[in-house]
Amino acid sequence: MTDVTPSNAPGQHYPPGQHPDLPPPPGTVGFVGWLKTNLFSSIPNSILTILALYLLYSAIPPIFFWAFIDADFEGASRTDCASAGACWALIDVRFNQFLYGFYPPDELWRVYATALVLILAVLPVLFDNIPFRKLLFINTALLPITGFFLLSGTGSGQDALLQTVETPQWGGLLLTMVIGVTGIVASLPIGVALALGRRSNMPIVRAMCVTFIEFVRGVPLITILFMSSVMVPLFLPEGVNFDKLLRCLIGVSLFSAAYMAEVIRGGLQAIPKGQYEAAAAMGLGFWKMMYFIILPQALRIVIPGIVNTFIGLFKDTSLVLIIGLFDLLGIAKTVVTDANWIGLIHESYAFVAVIYWVFCFGMSRYSIWLEAKLHTGHKR
Amino acid sequence: MSDAAQRVTAPEVSDEVAIQIIGMHKWYGQFHVLKDINLTVRRGERIVVCGPSGSGKSTMIRCINRLEEHQQGQIIVDDIELTGNLKNIDAIRREVGMCFQHFNLFPHLTVLENCTLAPIWVRKVPKAEADEIAMEFLNKVRIPEQANKYPGQLSGGQQQRVAIARSLCMNPRIMLFDEPTSALDPEMIAEVLEVMVNLAETGMTMICVTHEMGFARKVANRVIFMDGGEIIEQNEPEEFFNNPQSERTQQFLSQILAH
Repeated sequence: MTDVTPSNAPGQHYPPGQHPDLPPPPGTVGFVGWLKTNLFSSIPNSILTILALYLLYSAIPPIFFWAFIDADFEGASRTDCASAGACWALIDVRFNQFLYGFYPPDELWRVYATALVLILAVLPVLFDNIPFRKLLFINTALLPITGFFLLSGTGSGQDALLQTVETPQWGGLLLTMVIGVTGIVASLPIGVALALGRRSNMPIVRAMCVTFIEFVRGVPLITILFMSSVMVPLFLPEGVNFDKLLRCLIGVSLFSAAYMAEVIRGGLQAIPKGQYEAAAAMGLGFWKMMYFIILPQALRIVIPGIVNTFIGLFKDTSLVLIIGLFDLLGIAKTVVTDANWIGLIHESYAFVAVIYWVFCFGMSRYSIWLEAKLHTGHKR
Repeated sequence: MSDAAQRVTAPEVSDEVAIQIIGMHKWYGQFHVLKDINLTVRRGERIVVCGPSGSGKSTMIRCINRLEEHQQGQIIVDDIELTGNLKNIDAIRREVGMCFQHFNLFPHLTVLENCTLAPIWVRKVPKAEADEIAMEFLNKVRIPEQANKYPGQLSGGQQQRVAIARSLCMNPRIMLFDEPTSALDPEMIAEVLEVMVNLAETGMTMICVTHEMGFARKVANRVIFMDGGEIIEQNEPEEFFNNPQSERTQQFLSQILAH
C-alpha cells in the first residue's frame, strides 16, 4: 500500500555514517495513519467499523432528540407534556424528593450543612497537597458525630437545638449517600482487620475471621438486610427499639467488609517474603511492619479491587428498598406511581441512572489518578 | 587472586564473644537442615561462610536474627539467648543488621526514608537526626545524590549499597550478609564488595555468606565451609585455600577456583 518514493526506495544506499533522517512512509502517521491501523486495518475490520458507525447513527440521534430536543422541561403534571420526547417536568417537580426523600423542607439546610461537612471531610483523605490538611482531618475524624447530630437532630420539643428527624423520613440521594459513605468508611478498616486475621498464625483468630468471611460472602445481601430488619427485632426485648437504618448500616458495612477482606488478602499475598524479612530484621514489630511496609504496598496493588468493591457497594445500597427504606432508586420507583405522573418510568430511572453513574465514574477516575500518583517506578 | 598481601587493615579482634552457637539443630518438617552447629564469633571478627547451594549456610545466619527458628541447641547473641521470648528477639534484631541477596529495599519509600524508618520508629531517634545519620551513611556508600529517588530507579549495585547503608543506620554491632552479590553483575559486585571492605576496616563484626573468594582472602579472619547442614571445615583464609583438610572442601575449592 505504501508509496515508493526515491527517499525510501529499496536499494537506496548511503555511505556508513552518512544516512540522513528520512520522513516515515506516507499513510503511517497522523490521522490517516491512525484510521488505517485502528479502523480499516483489514477487510473484516473495515466492515465492522462501518457496521458500528451505522449502529451509532441509528441509536444516538433518537436518544438525543428524546432527551433534549423534543423534551418538555416544565409543567405541573403529565398532561403538560405535549411533545413526543421526555417529560423532565417530573424531575423538576419532584427534585427535592429525589435528593432528600421526605426530609422536612424547613430543615433542609441541615442536609446542605452535612453535605458541606462531608465534602470538607473527604478532601484531605483524597488529596495530600490541599491547604489546612491537618485542620481538615479533625473535621474528618468528627464526621460520624457531626453527621449524626446534624441529620437526626438533638431532640424534640421547644428548646431543642435541632429538631429530631426520624430516619424513616430520610430518603433519596441523602439516604444513598448515608449508606454508601458509612459502608465505604467502615468496610475498609474492618476488611483490613479481617484480612490480617485470616493470615494470622493464631488459630482462633484465623478461624473466627475465616468463618465470618465465608458466612457473610455465602449469603446474599438481601438476606442480611432482611435478617437485620425482620429477625433482629424478634430477639430484642420488648420496648427496645433499634433504629432500622442503623441495623441496615451495620449489615451493609459487614457485608462489604467481607468482600474487602478478600480483596486486601490478595494484595497481602502479592508482597514478597523478603519485605517481611527485611522489616523484621530491622526490628520492626508486627504492627509497625504492617503499617509502614506491608499495607501501603498491598493496598496500592489492590486499588482497582478496592474501588471495584466501593462501586459495587454504592449501587447495592439500592437493595434497602426491600426493607422499606426509600433510597434514590426507591424514590424513583415511588414517584411514578403518582396519578399525575403515572407511566413516566423512563425519565425517572434515566435521571437516577445518571446520578449513580456520576458518582461511580468519579470513583473510577479517582482510582486511576491515585494509581498513577503512587507509582514509584518499581516493577516486580 | 592469591595476593594475600592486600589484606585489609582492621582493628584487632577482641576476646569478647559476640555470637555463640552451641549444638544447634534445625529441621524443615522432617528434613534435617542444620546438624549440630557450633560456632563462636568474637567481636570484630569477620567470617566468610561458603559451601554448595542447599548446604544450610543461609539458614544458619538467618537463625542468628531469628528469621528462621531453630529447634535444638542455643544461640547467644550479645549475651542474650534467642528463645521464643519476643523481647529478646526484638533486642537482638536491633543489634544485628542484615543484607539480603535481593536487597529487599522498600519500593514505596525513597532511599532516605528506607534508611530512616527503623531508626525513627524502633530506636526513637528524632527525624532530623535520623536524616543526618542516613545521609552520613549514604555518603559512606557513595550515593548521597540518590537519597530522594525510589529504589526502583537505582541499579542493583546501588540498591545493595543502600541496603547496607540502611542496616548501618540502626548502628548495629553485628552485620550479617546473605549472598549480597549473587544477584549482581561483575561491575556492581566490585562496588558492593568495596563498601563491604570499607566496613570491615571499621572493625565491624561480620558474617558473610558469599562465593567471592577474593573477598574472603582479603577480609576474612576465618573461612567456614559447610555442606549437608554441617560445618565441615573452618580455618584462616590462607590455610583454608592453600591447605584444605577434607576431601569435600578440596573438591569444592577446585570447582569454584577453576573459573
